[in-house]
Amino acid sequence: MLASDVKSRPVYPGLEPDLYAANNIVVCDRAGAAAVADMFAKADADFARRATVLLCTEEYPDAKAIELEIARLQPARTGAFPNVDATAAALGERLFRAQMGTRVYAAGAEPLIGSTVQRAMRFGIDQLSVRTEHRGSLKRRVQCVHCKGLTENVTVSPIKCSHCGLVLTVRDHYSRRHAAFIGVRVDAEVPGEIPEQVPFQ
Amino acid sequence: MTASATRRVRVAEVENIAEGVKRFRLVDAQGGPLPAFSAGSHVIVTMHDGNGHTWKNAYSLTSAPGDMSGYEIGVLRTEVSRGGSHFMHDKVVAGTELEISEPVNLFPIVRTGRKHVLIAGGIGITPFLAMMKELSASAAEFELHYGVRSNARGAFCQYLTDTYGSRVKIYRDDLGEAIPLQKILSGQPLGTHMYVCGPSAMIDWALKTGRSAGWPVESLHSEKFNAPPPGNAFTVKLARSGRDILVAPQQSLLEALEANGVEAPYLCRGGACGQCETRVVSCSSTLEHNDHYLTTAEKAAGDKIMLCVSRASGGVLTLDL
Repeated sequence: MLASDVKSRPVYPGLEPDLYAANNIVVCDRAGAAAVADMFAKADADFARRATVLLCTEEYPDAKAIELEIARLQPARTGAFPNVDATAAALGERLFRAQMGTRVYAAGAEPLIGSTVQRAMRFGIDQLSVRTEHRGSLKRRVQCVHCKGLTENVTVSPIKCSHCGLVLTVRDHYSRRHAAFIGVRVDAEVPGEIPEQVPFQ
Repeated sequence: MTASATRRVRVAEVENIAEGVKRFRLVDAQGGPLPAFSAGSHVIVTMHDGNGHTWKNAYSLTSAPGDMSGYEIGVLRTEVSRGGSHFMHDKVVAGTELEISEPVNLFPIVRTGRKHVLIAGGIGITPFLAMMKELSASAAEFELHYGVRSNARGAFCQYLTDTYGSRVKIYRDDLGEAIPLQKILSGQPLGTHMYVCGPSAMIDWALKTGRSAGWPVESLHSEKFNAPPPGNAFTVKLARSGRDILVAPQQSLLEALEANGVEAPYLCRGGACGQCETRVVSCSSTLEHNDHYLTTAEKAAGDKIMLCVSRASGGVLTLDL
């Protein structure tokens, strides 16, 4: 359970099928695909037939593993995309002409969920209308408040900004617009005084 | 945000706009500007009849949100009235002074929405009058579907069709016309929001139709002010001050508290906003929940009550006040 006192920190209540939706678009990564299979098991096969899965394949070892995953998610139609950005872009293409009655879901690591919600919001979908479930890695996307650069795959704090090199403490403070957690220079008071790195819980 | 701050206003104009519906224009009694408000806002109008009787009713503001020179409201003379709407219709004339609260908005336009579908029934048209002014001023896409009993009883019909043309569809009960909501909701572009205001049964039907069409609850919005239904007399015991106050059959719990000088919190006075939620210490009878704020589970738990519309079926109700 990802919990925080910071109000902007997203919560992910878990995937639930919307049986009223005429069209379901499900975004997931390798860990999230298990949550998607669990959701399909809660509904009838017609629900999966009304679903399109956009699978981010960056964590699969080989093409064979991806094929097996796509077979496991049938009868949903599954498209495979190499990374989070390509998966989010594929979602945008499908939302461009979509109508009300379309439900978006996201399952997996936080950067994937964040990118999905960010993309859906651009099409007028309320962030709470996207049904989400966190699975797998605790990695975060972090935006440096100083240079605005994004650093991916952050699992500890503090962390060095991959753009400007400042050492950042990663806050739970989250920006839905940037789909990133906020990183603030950790040694602003006493330059060089950097606390020990702690992995995210 | 407190609704207890009131301001004196003078009625500048009264107009009959349909059978049983009057439009009132209210201006500041001192001649100053009124606060700006956002479309969908309402005010609580306080009426005193001179015999010690006071009514407080919520009315949606129907005038242009940017117009600070005055507020307009539309008032239906309800058949079963607790007195407020009859007082507005029968006693209030140009020049009458009234008290109003600051505007409060429990029915805002979702400004990130890409299109807005407005569903009105009868006097439920009022919040949409301000909304449409704001939506058309910002070139937002919208459509209004308005159900009326008949032409004579449909308020603002001519104004709406003259002003908004094909964006307005009117459905007349007396011609057997009904709002084809399922058809209206199908094929709407992603990012569309539905707003419904009208009788309770219509709101329930519209929200249900919206969900059945696969619309997320976050895209479905409603507003309904319940008048507090009458019931049996009962005693309310205030646990903190130890006072006992009798609530008469025609009086609401909130009104009984106010009549006895108890300052209880409130905003909408219609069971919508949740401001007057109060903890129930005990109840010797059954709680009659008339609000649509508490969830079904909360109502069943019986440890909270909305003072503005809900009551006890008799006996003694002890509140944490």
